[in-house]
Amino acid sequence: MTTTTLSPKATTESPIVPGAQRTLRNRVSIPETVSHTFTMAYRGLLKIKRTPEQLFDVTLQPIIFTVMFVYIFGGAISGDIQSYLPIIIPGILVQTVITGSIVTGVQLREDMDKGVFDRFRSLPIARIAPLSGALLADTLRYAIATTITLAMGFLMGFQPGGGAGGVVVAALLVIACAWGLSWIFAFFGVIARTASSVQGISMLVLFPLTFLSGAFAPTDTMPDWLQTVVAYNPVTHLVNAARELMNTGVFGADAWLTLLGAAVIVAVFAPLTVKAYMRKA
Amino acid sequence: MVDMTTFTSHDTTAGRGWAVEAEGLVKTFGSNRAVDGVDLRVATGTVYGVLGPNGAGKTTTISMLATLLRPDGGTARIFGHDVQRESQVVRQLIGVTGQYASVDETLSANENLYLFSRLHGLSGAASRRKSAELLEEFGLTEAAKRPLKNFSGGMRRRLDLAASLIAQPPLIFLDEPTTGLDPRTRIQMWETIRRLVSSGSTVLLTTQYLDEADQLADRIAVIDRGRVVAEGTANELKASVGESTLELRLASVSDTDDVRVAIQRVLGVAASVSPEAGRITAPMNNPDLVTELLVTLRDEGIRLAEMSVQKPTLDEVFLTLTGHGVESDDEAESAASAELEGSRA
Repeated sequence: MTTTTLSPKATTESPIVPGAQRTLRNRVSIPETVSHTFTMAYRGLLKIKRTPEQLFDVTLQPIIFTVMFVYIFGGAISGDIQSYLPIIIPGILVQTVITGSIVTGVQLREDMDKGVFDRFRSLPIARIAPLSGALLADTLRYAIATTITLAMGFLMGFQPGGGAGGVVVAALLVIACAWGLSWIFAFFGVIARTASSVQGISMLVLFPLTFLSGAFAPTDTMPDWLQTVVAYNPVTHLVNAARELMNTGVFGADAWLTLLGAAVIVAVFAPLTVKAYMRKA
Repeated sequence: MVDMTTFTSHDTTAGRGWAVEAEGLVKTFGSNRAVDGVDLRVATGTVYGVLGPNGAGKTTTISMLATLLRPDGGTARIFGHDVQRESQVVRQLIGVTGQYASVDETLSANENLYLFSRLHGLSGAASRRKSAELLEEFGLTEAAKRPLKNFSGGMRRRLDLAASLIAQPPLIFLDEPTTGLDPRTRIQMWETIRRLVSSGSTVLLTTQYLDEADQLADRIAVIDRGRVVAEGTANELKASVGESTLELRLASVSDTDDVRVAIQRVLGVAASVSPEAGRITAPMNNPDLVTELLVTLRDEGIRLAEMSVQKPTLDEVFLTLTGHGVESDDEAESAASAELEGSRA
């Protein structure tokens, strides 16, 4: 008996090893799963390279939003632009990166409707790889959004009191939370019928979450009931944590709380998504 | 006539074993039994054709055999491995080329093959070599770096097939490999398929083109409404509808009934009548008897405008078996020939 021949030198001209003479395993090992995930993530990167327009939401949007919010609300909310920057930059960072995580679900849905998905399902690869690969590739999108938002902030004169360390940790925290959140959208992506409905549902959830978080304006002038809502909104804690890290360099209670929240989301939605995904895959 | 639904023996291939054994496969979508108890046996090293009209259940059957769909009933084994219990083993033994090219539209041909090679476990360098090799073999080298959006249908199919051959699978499923291709590209595809078989692959292909099954397949299963209605070699299937067909065109349509009676009496078969132009056809199992029929017609003073003998085509097999399986012979054949007439017009 010989092992499976995937000899790189073999050509299609060489005789094919008969099915009965192959020794095959019915399981995919963990290292193989990791390797398949990275290949799928690489596919995601290639797709970005081929269709760079899918990066609009993480490139143009942060630029437009930063400029708009800073110059429109800066004076009105904080008296001048300089003193608004420490409030708005972490806020826009959170809003942009989290909105970017919607795309995970939308693209997953589009992908699953394509013919190429049938090929993935017919390959001897880990069933989870197309999903895990997509989630992995999306961290690049978050990194791009983060970099551009911060660069815009610095261009406009943002001087973070927490120093470079605080900014980097804040950026990593936001990316980690967005990744955790993207599992929710991945779940919508797997169960929804069309890509546009995924987009619709996700926007509906995210829009109030990001705006009712104190990301753009101080909350103390809001009505009491709204302040309660804001206080319980997990995005508020993420915004506060990012502000604290950038402006004072402290990894405080809000940071721990958001990390915990992200972990809970992953713990709940990862199994749900994987289960729904496996049923369809 | 051969009993068409029984399997005849495969003496020549029995020693090499079965590439595909499916028993009683069932798949229902809601109240629709898309596949309703399909049995298939494909001998290793052969080309097996699954022939049927649109919606007959061909793609669903292939999807179950290729582990893409879970059967609702029945069992299937690929080289002895159960498609449900050992699906991951089965996936290492098959290549699937879908009805619609299952490649990544946004990427280039080269990137597609590279990614699939990596997923098959080849190293980066080996994947690049393999991609280049397959692109060369399928005449896609020049277009390798262009995005697939600009590819013609034929190029897409070739790339799709190339992607199925990366791991050199001993069994290849081709779901309607030439649907929508122009005649020249179709013949190229046929040559590729023949080459695959000569290198030791087993091929299971579905098609709605009768000449394709006739050209390529060693054995054919005719499938209709989720059931196998006939199985055998192309010749066996053709023989089952009569060796040849006698076709008479009468000078006077009013003689039609007399001719039918004469055919029944002399040839011992039921003739079928095309509604237009007094055309009568009858299966011709024994050419000797035709002389006698013609003498009879002359004796009765019936004049013929035209007489011809037609060799059976798979079209006739197909229409006889699928279009009108439940009707009586007489009606079935006349309806079949009427439909043939329509399809030729």
